[in-house]
Amino acid sequence: MGRMTFVVRRLAMLVPVAIGVTIVAFFMIHLIPGDPARTILGLHATPQRIAILHKQWGLDRPLVSQYWLFMDRLFHGNLGQSLYYGGSAATIIFQRIPPTLWLIVYAAVLAVIISVPLATIAATRKDAVRDHVVRAIPLLGLGMPPFWVGILLVYALAIKVRAFPVSGYGTGFVGHLHSMFLPALTVAIALAPVVIRALRASMLNVLGAEYITTARSKGVPAGRLFLRHVLRNAVIPAVTVLGINIGFLVGGTVIIENIFAIPGIGNLMINSVFQRDFPVVQGVALVFAVLVVLVNLLADLSYAALDPRVRFDR
Amino acid sequence: MTGPAAGGAMLDVRDLHVEIAAKHGTVRAVDGVSLEVAKGEAVGLVGESGSGKSMTLRAILGVLPAEAKVTAGQVVLDGVDLVPLSNSDMNRIRGPKMAMIFQEPMSALNPVMRVGNQIAEGPRVHLGYSKAKAAERALELMRRVGIPDPERRFRAYPHEFSGGMRQRVMIAIALSCDPEIILCDEPTTALDVTIQDQILRLLARLCSESDVSLVFVTHDLPVVAQLCQRVAVMYGGQLVETGNVHDVLLEPRHPYTLGLVRSAPDVEFVRESLVPIPGAPPSLVTPPSGCLFHPRCSFAEEDCKVLPTPLRELPGGRSTACLHYERCEEELAAERAGS
Amino acid sequence: MSAISFPEPALAAEPTEHALPRRARRWYRQPALASGMIILAIILFAAIAAPLITSYDPLKENLGASLLGPSSHHWLGTDQTGRDTFSRLLYGLRTDLRIAFIAVLFPFCIGTILGSIAGYFGGWVDTVLMRLVDIVVAFPFYVLLIALVFVLGPGESSIYIAITLVGWVSYARIIRGEILVAKRQDYVVAARSGGLSSIRIIGRHLLPNVITQAIIYAMSDIVQDILAIVTLGYFGLGVPPPTPDLGSMINDGQNFLTTHWQLTTFPGLAVVVVGLSLSLIGDGLADLIRPGHS
Repeated sequence: MGRMTFVVRRLAMLVPVAIGVTIVAFFMIHLIPGDPARTILGLHATPQRIAILHKQWGLDRPLVSQYWLFMDRLFHGNLGQSLYYGGSAATIIFQRIPPTLWLIVYAAVLAVIISVPLATIAATRKDAVRDHVVRAIPLLGLGMPPFWVGILLVYALAIKVRAFPVSGYGTGFVGHLHSMFLPALTVAIALAPVVIRALRASMLNVLGAEYITTARSKGVPAGRLFLRHVLRNAVIPAVTVLGINIGFLVGGTVIIENIFAIPGIGNLMINSVFQRDFPVVQGVALVFAVLVVLVNLLADLSYAALDPRVRFDR
Repeated sequence: MTGPAAGGAMLDVRDLHVEIAAKHGTVRAVDGVSLEVAKGEAVGLVGESGSGKSMTLRAILGVLPAEAKVTAGQVVLDGVDLVPLSNSDMNRIRGPKMAMIFQEPMSALNPVMRVGNQIAEGPRVHLGYSKAKAAERALELMRRVGIPDPERRFRAYPHEFSGGMRQRVMIAIALSCDPEIILCDEPTTALDVTIQDQILRLLARLCSESDVSLVFVTHDLPVVAQLCQRVAVMYGGQLVETGNVHDVLLEPRHPYTLGLVRSAPDVEFVRESLVPIPGAPPSLVTPPSGCLFHPRCSFAEEDCKVLPTPLRELPGGRSTACLHYERCEEELAAERAGS
Repeated sequence: MSAISFPEPALAAEPTEHALPRRARRWYRQPALASGMIILAIILFAAIAAPLITSYDPLKENLGASLLGPSSHHWLGTDQTGRDTFSRLLYGLRTDLRIAFIAVLFPFCIGTILGSIAGYFGGWVDTVLMRLVDIVVAFPFYVLLIALVFVLGPGESSIYIAITLVGWVSYARIIRGEILVAKRQDYVVAARSGGLSSIRIIGRHLLPNVITQAIIYAMSDIVQDILAIVTLGYFGLGVPPPTPDLGSMINDGQNFLTTHWQLTTFPGLAVVVVGLSLSLIGDGLADLIRPGHS
């Protein structure tokens, strides 16, 4: 099967997942104990407000028609009314997507910049001191709470040494690069252990492969050998691992955005939780899920682009 | 090994020793092997798995695995000893002077790089060809090794080729910088018999056309008979017999060679039954004393267990390591008389 | 782990990849596994024996003694309400570790069961389960966790429910993958041709071989759970105050970062050390089962 068929197949597999995601998002409201409207309004509950919400969310109707209502609204881009801001939840959410995207991409890039050299250092001298040092990094890194790392980084690089701003998104491209460095680094540090491990393992695999011996016996010089033969093959399983951990990368932004006061959807979610703004919480969760699914698709496509064997595999 | 027919040795391997560091001790993979290859000559290197033949080839080209090292000996190519050379110096030799082809072309070709680019890589790196010129050269090579429709196949990936075609690609890669000698590590072992024959004929033709020497490693005697002029037999990391292919295979002068010959199906000389060699290959960490083969040898005598067994020259340009090689002559004579 | 029963032929052949080799008896020789277990043992001891180690009540406020630096009375000083930091650290560890170790059990069991059913029976059961997995996985862990805790209300049981709903997925995937491979092995075919019921085959033959991968993963999962609990605690969504919790400690200490950095740093370090020990154990186990693969 060619590339096109592969893409189409993957897209088709997304449909049931997408539907399932909407069902889960829809259902969240029904997990709330008691009358959702009353619980959410909490102290602000008055019979009128409860009645309004009941009507808005169709809580008096049977479950299936509620879902229909939900889906119908969804298709029209309506995610409900924010209880806190009063306006359209969708507008608020979409406004805040760019900073989150920035954070995700920036973090992914930094994670790669950190991981590739370290994994290379380790894999090229297996079992040497430097290999053990690099292998120790995930042991420590996996146990570090990202928010804690963020706090310490802010202390070290933004307070003690005023190299970066304590928080915020910045203005303009360079402003973003500067302001978002610490948060992106925090997420990258959380992600790096997993990537280093995967990359090191796949590099070891590749380094022991026959075609590397062939390339050596062709007299391919070390630099070219590393880039076009070793790395080019080693990234393939690593992309898979990165893809599997995408949920973690995207989800980690929620916490970090809050620590660094970045106006993205992660921060919006946490604030909405405290503001008991259920429609926004639900809307953000949905958007996040869609984001993850899309990024996964991207990872799959990159994998197919990188590995020519894949298209012919079934 | 006694001098080759003409022209003086181009490749002269002298007393090569390769050791591998393993958990249970040091493995003497290649234990004092000497080999001479003349220009345009095809020399076979035969033995069981583990006899050290692949290691010898890799040591010559300097592509030993990380755990293995050349501990003694010289590899002299056109008067220059390759052993002390650095990796970057060796990289200038690999390709333009010496090339290697491998047994399993599926794993020996880079799976994510187009076949044409892999063939063109050598000329780009060593001969300084531009991308276009190197591609031209690759196409020309693909035609020479018999790959049909080269323009289309250039852009294909290794997994889109059959085994025989992949091996042709490997040969094209080996030829790409016009080397003087090609080291072949069991290139036909993984192929169908019919394809095997095609590849062997291709190699033979290419070598006679361009006067390229071959060192052909295999455990398959008929292949050696088909392709090579001289042959060296290895056992346990050591050479046990050398000489002209015809002499060695039809009139072996070492019990191990005799065993090999008897256990191989031979179209020319039909035997009653195939007789495998009893026993197992020797441990290369703690080898037997004296002759390495004595535990499995039906001619073994007391001195075989104790005395060292270097190669000794025999008349007719051959040599053997066996202390009692006449027993082989007697065995063969008896066999022929009886059949 | 219970002894694994093999029919005779399999014993004579190469052992299957997950059978515990005789080397298992020398587990203490593995440096990673041994050091991990030692560290964990020390931490567990410290957490469990907290009342014996420290005489301070972690909940007792003493505003007169607030924000003291480290001294011989208070090894790590006191926080803003005068509570002894070291005691809070130990009790906080106790709370968080307890919750994490319990929290890992439910996803482990549920995920293993669902995964083995999907892997063994295949067909539409498998497809449905895998779609379900895809759906859950689509929601980032923390997003779902926070949303669920919000919906269910803060508190310990919410944490268990949320972690279970989100965490079963990894175990299901691992077990399913292992069973897909294992069910082709000879000993399974032998059991089936012997007329054993599917449940018996899964329970007594497949799972014991396959469960080690899930256990190894559980080590890293406990670390993830600790991080989740601590993170929720930081945001005030976890264990409700005044129960000591490492996350809320970090939050409290944040305001005094420049002057009393130990209030924020040490709780985090405690988590890192626990994570280190569990990762070492996980790696050590993995190495034991498949030497050279970790």
